[in-house]
Amino acid sequence: MKRWPLTGPRLMKRWPLTGPGLTYLTVLMVVPLGLVLSYAFLRRGRFGGVVYQPTIENLTRLADPLYADVVLHSTWTAALTTFLALLFGYPTAYVIAGLPRRRQTIALIAVVLPFWTSFLIRVYAWIVLLSGPGWLNKALRAVGLGPVDVLYTDAAVVTGLLYAYLPLMILPLYASLVRLDPQVREAAANLGAGPWTTFRTVTLPLTLPGVLTGCLFVFVPSFGNFVVPELLGGGRSVMVGNLIRDQFLKARDWPFGSALALALLAVLMVLLLAQAWAARRYATR
Amino acid sequence: MRGLRAVGAVAAGLALFLVTGCGEEGSRSNGPDALDPKADITKQSLTVSIWDGYSPEDLPARVKDDLGVPVKIAHHATNEEIMAKLTAGGAGGDSDSGIDVAFVSGQYAQALNEAGLLEPIHADLIPNLKNLYPEAQKLAYDKGNTFSVPYTWGTTGICYRTDLVKQPPTSWNDLLNPPPALKKKVTMMTTERWLALPALKALGHSVNTTSDQELDAARTLLLKAKKNLLAYDDTTFGDRLTKGESAMAEAWDGWCPTSDPKIEFTVPKEGSDLWVDTMVVLKSSKNKEAAHALINYILDPEIHSWAAENILYKVPNKAAMEQLDPKVLEANAPLRMTPAELLKGESIVDVGEAATKYTRLSTEVAAGS
Repeated sequence: MKRWPLTGPRLMKRWPLTGPGLTYLTVLMVVPLGLVLSYAFLRRGRFGGVVYQPTIENLTRLADPLYADVVLHSTWTAALTTFLALLFGYPTAYVIAGLPRRRQTIALIAVVLPFWTSFLIRVYAWIVLLSGPGWLNKALRAVGLGPVDVLYTDAAVVTGLLYAYLPLMILPLYASLVRLDPQVREAAANLGAGPWTTFRTVTLPLTLPGVLTGCLFVFVPSFGNFVVPELLGGGRSVMVGNLIRDQFLKARDWPFGSALALALLAVLMVLLLAQAWAARRYATR
Repeated sequence: MRGLRAVGAVAAGLALFLVTGCGEEGSRSNGPDALDPKADITKQSLTVSIWDGYSPEDLPARVKDDLGVPVKIAHHATNEEIMAKLTAGGAGGDSDSGIDVAFVSGQYAQALNEAGLLEPIHADLIPNLKNLYPEAQKLAYDKGNTFSVPYTWGTTGICYRTDLVKQPPTSWNDLLNPPPALKKKVTMMTTERWLALPALKALGHSVNTTSDQELDAARTLLLKAKKNLLAYDDTTFGDRLTKGESAMAEAWDGWCPTSDPKIEFTVPKEGSDLWVDTMVVLKSSKNKEAAHALINYILDPEIHSWAAENILYKVPNKAAMEQLDPKVLEANAPLRMTPAELLKGESIVDVGEAATKYTRLSTEVAAGS
């Protein structure tokens, strides 16, 4: 890839086009990120805010087993959500990609339809569904089962996250499946591969970039989510997102909150880089 | 320029006087004489920060009509939020948040005062202070109301469904260790100091303790209690009780939906806290006379009783409580608690740097199993 010339007439021509966007990004992303970065190295003000004394205490506190456990728990929850999303998302995307064109559009609209209403309202809907006297238990009773206490457990948190981010798994999978030339699969079949072998040796490897992107799209927001653990988890379990939120809104500990946010960012950056590296390696193979 | 400054200083208070060096009268102490009781408050305007729904909707219009002072209302969701706003310029007392009057809980008023951000209350400008109960002068975070004026007060207890709870709770242990029938039918609060309160009181400790040993014991008890909890809930526990999703909840008195005949509120025998939400005047305010006039206006029984009738919080205003609608009093037992009963509760005070211990405790309890 050729680098953009940073000076000269071409930049002057580009500036009117890129300027507004770049300014917006700089002001609204780089500056706050810089603040987060600098706050992580300052001391906590007794009444909130920061005291301008440099320290690395906030970063060393991250190694405390208490917070390491929270990070581990979040990783596990997000990983389980991602795995389930892949398990449910792949067949869905596979079927959608195999539909006639018009039907595909309808199916895709159905997938993104939930995004048209507020996330919070949809989470509250899950509370109604899962709660003790709720619909889930009514349905279970109708078939002679239950009742089960799902609400305010880790299972409810994973259910909520899965529901929230499943479309983000389906869409990239669909994109890579629909690009797959049907002739490649026909060729595999002609050469004597059964459906399972075709899937395992042809379809899955060729759609791996889509799988990676989908996994990333689900894992990243699940990892930092704090609404679902609070509402569906009943505040009984803590994820990194809750911990960060609490540092600002309850504990008046902005520097530690910033350090946690920074750690979260670092983990996600590593994942993004790994995904980019894998995708590129795959593309040049 | 110097003349202009002197005029401004009347309103801006003594701090500015000392900074600009208008020292003709020598060094003056932070006394009530810094304000001018004859100042024309209609030339001033106020920005008031308060919790949403915590004052009458038409308060600004009424103040404009009755006092001639334009009032702008800003909302804050939590004490932490307003603290962050007020201390944003550093806790030196030189920050100007643009806020003249703020509503904060007692321990936060105490912290703000220690940070030098509050104007002392000029009692001579608030004749309606006489409406307050004598007990309202004895609050631990600010004895004699020197930098804050109480707006509402109350306590924390157990809110429960009489039809679902067989044995009415009398002790914090009934909440922490409920009978098997109430397993997963109990909620507790998650805000740090109130998360610790039931355990600390059950163990006979102060709600303001900073002893590691006492907090450790509380943690053990809270982790044990967590196994029987439905959820941690600060905001919707009342709804859960009404719907029957839960049967018992740690609750602030005003938040317990006692207007439902099946729901009762009780203060456990080990005792509880006394929380107070207060009004404070910021030192940075340039409209301090109007700010005092507003506080005086709110202490009028007509206005102050609104809080008791509409948000069901007790107000420390004797005159206001005496003119409450008897029907409201009849329906809501917590409103009938006397100031003497309330004062048995321990005031929650700011514990300074030890606040981090409570933060850690609540993270440990929330993350633990």
